[in-house]
Amino acid sequence: MSLLKQLASRGFGRDRVFARRTVGGIQPLPFKEHSLRSQIMATPIPPQLTIPIGVNDSGAITLLVSIGDQVLKYQKLAVISIAEKGCSEVPVHAATSGVITSIEDSIVADHLEQKQLCISLATDGLDEALQPDPPPNYSQLPNADLVSLIRDAGIIGMGGAGFPTADKLSGFGESAAEFLIINAAECEPYITADEALLRERANKVVLGADILRKACAAQRCIIAIEDSKPDAIAALKQALLEQINLEQGCELVLIPSKYPAGSERQLIQCVTGIEIATGQHPTENGVIMHNVGTANACYEAIIEGKPCISRVTTLSGQALKTPKNFEVLIGTAADFLFELCGIEANKSQNGIVGGSLMGSRLESNKAAICKTTNCLIAASENEFPTPKAEQACIRCGFCADVCPSRLLPQQLLAFSKSSNTTQLLEHGLLDCIECGACDYVCPSHIPLVSIYKKSKELVETRNQSLEHSNYWQQRFQFRQYRSKKEKDQALSKKADASTHSAQVTKQAAKPQKGEADFISKEQASRDIAAAVARVKARREEKKK
Amino acid sequence: MLPLISHWLTQLIIGASLLLLTTFVLLEISRYLRLQLSAQKSLVDRINRALPQTQCGQCGHPGCLPYARSISLGEASNKCPPGGRETILELAELLNEPVRELDPAHGQFRNFSVAVVREDECIGCTKCIQACPVDAILGGPKLMHTVIASECTGCDLCVEPCPVDCIDMVSHIAPSHSTAFYIDERSSSGSLL
Repeated sequence: MSLLKQLASRGFGRDRVFARRTVGGIQPLPFKEHSLRSQIMATPIPPQLTIPIGVNDSGAITLLVSIGDQVLKYQKLAVISIAEKGCSEVPVHAATSGVITSIEDSIVADHLEQKQLCISLATDGLDEALQPDPPPNYSQLPNADLVSLIRDAGIIGMGGAGFPTADKLSGFGESAAEFLIINAAECEPYITADEALLRERANKVVLGADILRKACAAQRCIIAIEDSKPDAIAALKQALLEQINLEQGCELVLIPSKYPAGSERQLIQCVTGIEIATGQHPTENGVIMHNVGTANACYEAIIEGKPCISRVTTLSGQALKTPKNFEVLIGTAADFLFELCGIEANKSQNGIVGGSLMGSRLESNKAAICKTTNCLIAASENEFPTPKAEQACIRCGFCADVCPSRLLPQQLLAFSKSSNTTQLLEHGLLDCIECGACDYVCPSHIPLVSIYKKSKELVETRNQSLEHSNYWQQRFQFRQYRSKKEKDQALSKKADASTHSAQVTKQAAKPQKGEADFISKEQASRDIAAAVARVKARREEKKK
Repeated sequence: MLPLISHWLTQLIIGASLLLLTTFVLLEISRYLRLQLSAQKSLVDRINRALPQTQCGQCGHPGCLPYARSISLGEASNKCPPGGRETILELAELLNEPVRELDPAHGQFRNFSVAVVREDECIGCTKCIQACPVDAILGGPKLMHTVIASECTGCDLCVEPCPVDCIDMVSHIAPSHSTAFYIDERSSSGSLL
């Protein structure tokens, strides 16, 4: 009985943090050790920075500077708010001092495959900075102030999605979050940015996690990391020991090393057992997840008073002599970093943004690093051979075994090929996280993920046209209703009129007609003659 | 035996059970009829939902719902050009029929377009307003008309009646709608279906 009481006092449901067996997943060969040989290197200031602001038509961009302005490090350059996603304003800061040379759309090292508005900054090398604010003691600040400080620092999700951190934190409204999960699971084979960060700056990450925990008033803070990163785990344990005097400590959970363990929904389910339903948001289930990089940025913003002007980015790939992790200023061009790593020009074939499995092609070597660029790969020719020719599905079912969302990829493939949107939706197409595990194992080399991406677009257009047709149907029905009503009214009027004397209505009608007739009759007849002539001419033209 | 049947209690029991049986049978019959009716209605409804609701009449019916009713009674489902290939595929699957090509007698596939009035040529005859199935044209007698692009279904019906040929079909990005303001008035007087 006492044992039960003890358990009850700790809360039966609450104490549910441990690594569960995860569904699906693959274990691709890791290429992490290459970029982890050296420490995180701070990049020298490049001669030119192209600081991305945002996609031009996605939200309201307010520029705070104009061409020719002299700006200082940490100075606010612009504010962007994406109203349709419910985001509040996020500022963008200058990464160093210099003169603004141009403001135009250019290519960004991003998964969006879309040009973004960028501010070009010719750096002066002096690195003159605005004095950072005196760091307030965050533990005494109210939550709302903490959130607004994070918002002012321009911090967005550093893991890749890029959702404004402040909006994520305040997404709970009045109710407090149950779990804050710090996502240290970096499952892509090439990316080591988070691991490097944890090895060298675990203290900062732990303090950053505590800041985030305070900002969203979460009851528990969990750092989830894969068990294949012993150095980072050791550093984290050390940091947790050092920070033992924190109000509420963080817990460390080791999860099995599998791709895609770092995906938001999969990690939440693995760590807490909560399965997020389709269309729901983790915040609705009392869970909030932030990346290690975001925690580090929060530490820098709140403790050191520095806004988000740099991030840790992995540079890897066989075309680089010394793959490394860099502390990169936001807006640095990709080729500047490739040069620093000693790119072998004859070897380099293609660049990739993001990891090798989920990343996209680097559009141009001039593309600028943005706040979500966690990895750049300069691949040699034989590193990623061109995919073999697609063959027919043999229904081996390997894809269903590895799917982390428990979907049936081969069924989805069949329905994609027949454009059957109803069945696609019923088979959970929208739950596909596009991780590429099915691609990886497919013996017929079918590019499944790109097919699903197209299907998602198809579903989207289908939904839109359904919306339109519903609307048009309503309009049509309303018109029918209206004409019927008008007819009825006319009939009843007629009935009324027959009982009254006809003269009254005639008298009433006549002056009204005269009022409306404000174009002179000659003018009207001239207009009509001209119009008839035009039509005749056009018809003859058509006949010819 | 006979005295048992002639006993008043037995007669009551037999009478009551007979009554119950007839009620039950009647209820079952009515349920079956309702089911049949609703199945028919839901088939029309599902066909109607697959149609694009442009109300263009290219199928030869005055609107999408009449065509849907006619399809449910056996008419060919390949007479809807604005629906595109998707509508044909969806209808074929719904009706469990082989996929047929579009009937060329009823037009050809083309991109979504909206009507645009060349405003300085419009003489204000209101003929297009009367032809528009979704009230997308604005104007008055002897006053200039114009098409509200976001409401236009691209049905073509206003082009023919125009006496001065001042309406063009211009391909357009997909329409966007405001919230419907008129639903309250309609719902207060019941459905038109």
